[in-house]
Amino acid sequence: MQPDSSALTGQRRLTGLRARIFSPTALQKLLAFASLILLLVFFSFASPAFMQMDNILGILQATAVNGVLAIASTFVIITGGIDLSVGTLMTFTAVICGVFLTYWHLPMWLGVIAAIGTGAICGTISGTLTAKMKIPPFIATLGMMLLLKGLSLVVSADKPIYFTDTENFYMISQDSLIGYLVPSLPIPNAVLILFFLAIVSSVTLNRTALGRYTFALGSNEEAVRLSGVNVDRWKIAIYGLGGAICGIAGLLIASRLNSAQPALGQGYELEAIAAVVIGGTSLSGGSGTILGTIIGAFIMSVLTNGLRIMSVAQEWQIVVTGLIIILAVYADILRRRKS
Amino acid sequence: MLNRKLFGVVIGVGALVGGANLAHADEVYIPLISKGFQHQFWQAVKAGAEQGAKEHKVRITFEGPETEAMVDKQIDMLSAALAKKPQALGIAALDSKAAIPLLRRAQAAKIPVIAFDSGVDSDIPLTTCSTDNLAAAALAADKMAEAIGNAGEVGVIVHDQTSRTGIDRRDGFLNEMKSKHPNVKIVSVQYGGGDHLKSAEIAKAMIQANPNLKGIFGANEGSAEGAAIGVKESGKKLVLIGYDSGKEQKDDINSGLMAGAITQNPIGIGKCVVDSAVKALKGEKLPKKVDTGFYWYDKSNMNDPKIAAVLYD
Repeated sequence: MQPDSSALTGQRRLTGLRARIFSPTALQKLLAFASLILLLVFFSFASPAFMQMDNILGILQATAVNGVLAIASTFVIITGGIDLSVGTLMTFTAVICGVFLTYWHLPMWLGVIAAIGTGAICGTISGTLTAKMKIPPFIATLGMMLLLKGLSLVVSADKPIYFTDTENFYMISQDSLIGYLVPSLPIPNAVLILFFLAIVSSVTLNRTALGRYTFALGSNEEAVRLSGVNVDRWKIAIYGLGGAICGIAGLLIASRLNSAQPALGQGYELEAIAAVVIGGTSLSGGSGTILGTIIGAFIMSVLTNGLRIMSVAQEWQIVVTGLIIILAVYADILRRRKS
Repeated sequence: MLNRKLFGVVIGVGALVGGANLAHADEVYIPLISKGFQHQFWQAVKAGAEQGAKEHKVRITFEGPETEAMVDKQIDMLSAALAKKPQALGIAALDSKAAIPLLRRAQAAKIPVIAFDSGVDSDIPLTTCSTDNLAAAALAADKMAEAIGNAGEVGVIVHDQTSRTGIDRRDGFLNEMKSKHPNVKIVSVQYGGGDHLKSAEIAKAMIQANPNLKGIFGANEGSAEGAAIGVKESGKKLVLIGYDSGKEQKDDINSGLMAGAITQNPIGIGKCVVDSAVKALKGEKLPKKVDTGFYWYDKSNMNDPKIAAVLYD
């Protein structure tokens, strides 16, 4: 995967564009996007309650946390690794934020820095475990997942930490900047943050050295190493970046619940991975897009919400979600076989 | 070609779920948002609610997140339920503060809210259908003390340390021992997530670490059944007291492995929610709280019709 960047001639740009639209990755994205539209159309017909403003806002809000976690996972998965600790790391950063704001009464911006900083540090540790100590990422991050889950419970003394002393904390997720400008469109800030992060991440992935090495590590780590690149350092940086993004997810969930819930988090990593895979990122590394991941996250939450609105029995909701994941990955495999 | 395939699948799945959606416009609809749905306890609450729904000719749905830690998922469920414009709403909040903004929305839309299992720290719910868990766990402590001769070491296995029921049952048990049975020593309180296997391992470790252990209290279905497995595997003879019912727990009480257990009235809780909601819709005044009751049961009274009615498999 070679992200094209520099100036091309008009002719080459045109063929480049065509190649991009019809390239396997683009096709997968189109497929994912088409399924999302299909789901939206289907649920709109199935229930009049679905296409209501309140419900759409509910879906957007429900996607924010998983979307951000999925972005964090996308980076790591493109390198050919996996991060199982994203869910409990999110919780841990929320708890640390709670310690800063509620226990120590520090100003809000310090809490924000604490959450993102904690995420970055923990991600860096995961990266070091895999890059330097050669522990397979699955195991290293599994260990981190449990370690952080335990630490969250220890630090919070098993109790939720409420942000009642930090008056404006809830605004990070729940308030709506757009709502002030366009009162009829109160899209919660959490969703703005998700989209903003998606754009920044996409640029990072496609236009920076970090992004290039992310793809290169996933395609052929040995070749990158042999060409004299400090592979370990880049890998640690990518895990660190993923961790920092988990810190943003921690802020979003804490702000949404106005509390840090220490027992929450396990299981969220699998939902994030599902969103990444539905979005066409290969678990074997080397290819993937942030846009695909965002679409994947929306497919997950539209599906969950739509089935709920239709009052489908909960047991069947789970069955259908499983089917969709299998289908999405199968479509991906078919595409790969063709190309 | 791929597109067509996927299209076909989406339509297929759509048809599958579409069949489940035969809503009637003029029907009274009451969604119940619970703390879970997989445990037999919640299934019994659901059965009670369905019983009530049949009596009053209303339609209900019953949903809850996969684990009791998933506060945000429950909020999503609540949000989807409100989007369906229900006539009334039942909620067993995992974190009552987190649920309040949406409950305010329900209140603003004049949707009566009935809380169940554990209360919500606000005056929005018209009533709360729940068990007095502190008193119920205290009764378990009295029975434990009686069975071990008012002295000795006891361990406690609780499902979790953050939920209201977990905290109340633990504290109800510990406080009663401290104030009424000072010679009974609690040597260990551990948390197994309500998971059978984890609770079994915890019980075995407890027995291993405390050779003089005389009894174990399991604070919910999974904790108690797990503890029973642990005791059985360790081959020791202990006084085991459980909470809630379920087929395994009932079998263990019949076989003598478990001394007895506290049962709540889950069917009564479910029925209470629907009854209260219907009453609220008729404009009747509701009491602030409905205690749905609890009972001690053991081999001697398990088949008593009054007890058998609230036990479930």
